[in-house]
Amino acid sequence: MKKAILGRKLGMTQIFDENGRVIPVTVIKAGPCFVVQKKTVDTDGYNSIQVGFEEIREKLVNKPMKGHFEKANLKPLRFVKEFRLEDVSAYEVGSEIKADVFAAGDKVDVTGTSKGKGFQGVIKRWNANRGPMSHGSKYHRAVGSMGASSDPSRTFKGKKMPGHMGARKSTMLNLQVVKVDAERNLILVKGAVPGPKKGLVIIRDSVKA
Amino acid sequence: MDIIRAIEAEQLRSDIPNFGPGDTVKVHVKVKEGNRERIQVFEGIVLKRQNGGLRETFTVRKIAYGVGVERTFPVHSPMIDKIEVVRRGKVRRAKLYYLRKRVGKAATKVKEIMD
Repeated sequence: MKKAILGRKLGMTQIFDENGRVIPVTVIKAGPCFVVQKKTVDTDGYNSIQVGFEEIREKLVNKPMKGHFEKANLKPLRFVKEFRLEDVSAYEVGSEIKADVFAAGDKVDVTGTSKGKGFQGVIKRWNANRGPMSHGSKYHRAVGSMGASSDPSRTFKGKKMPGHMGARKSTMLNLQVVKVDAERNLILVKGAVPGPKKGLVIIRDSVKA
Repeated sequence: MDIIRAIEAEQLRSDIPNFGPGDTVKVHVKVKEGNRERIQVFEGIVLKRQNGGLRETFTVRKIAYGVGVERTFPVHSPMIDKIEVVRRGKVRRAKLYYLRKRVGKAATKVKEIMD
């Protein structure tokens, strides 16, 4: 990982590119983020930066975290995440990470928590097919076979069954940055991004690039 | 939400004339060929205007060599050089899909608003 930033998804819209084509974009309010702690091979055995995002009232943080922020000489921040960067020399404790670390044309991966769907059946959750709804059929949307009979005499682990769907960590790979607005701290990414509006997202340089 | 509105508002065009379904319009479209750009005119009857805001589109229908041709443009597209309203049509509905079934001269006939 070379660079990363935290942000909040604001929603989707469209913009016209220089060829007049309509591009669907997700608007992300990215940063400003602050480096809360810096870890290096000498001190911690690996390189990383701990990054905080979104200032909050002092009342909302507990004492250990308050001390941690005071050490970095920062105001309390709502989200704190660690990024294992290859090179941390460019970052100092307390330094700011803004949306302009990314530029238009960059390929990024965006991680978020997908929208929760609640308890869902196999048709929605695993894209199973349903049975006939009429012509005397009594098999509609139920789970199908649980597996073979006396051999193996059990249901295999990982059998696709109904259960809780969504609200899991999800990453969209190789999305293109369409536009960066440094003034308003906005990053416009082509296509959809996991999670609801106002959801926390992590933008990083793509592993595929 | 306001930021998204602001992003959309930046792209809205204010030089689009007032037109609606039934009007005959000339759409001057920018066509890019390699690195040359020229303007092509598409003239026909506006069948409908759809959606709103930045996403608004309109569909123009014409009969070219006996074949009906429909083209849909985003209203705020930068590829549209200009829109000329040639004739105002008097119509009683918002979507003129009935024109698709018409053959011959009737296919292009919409009463004109006289004012």
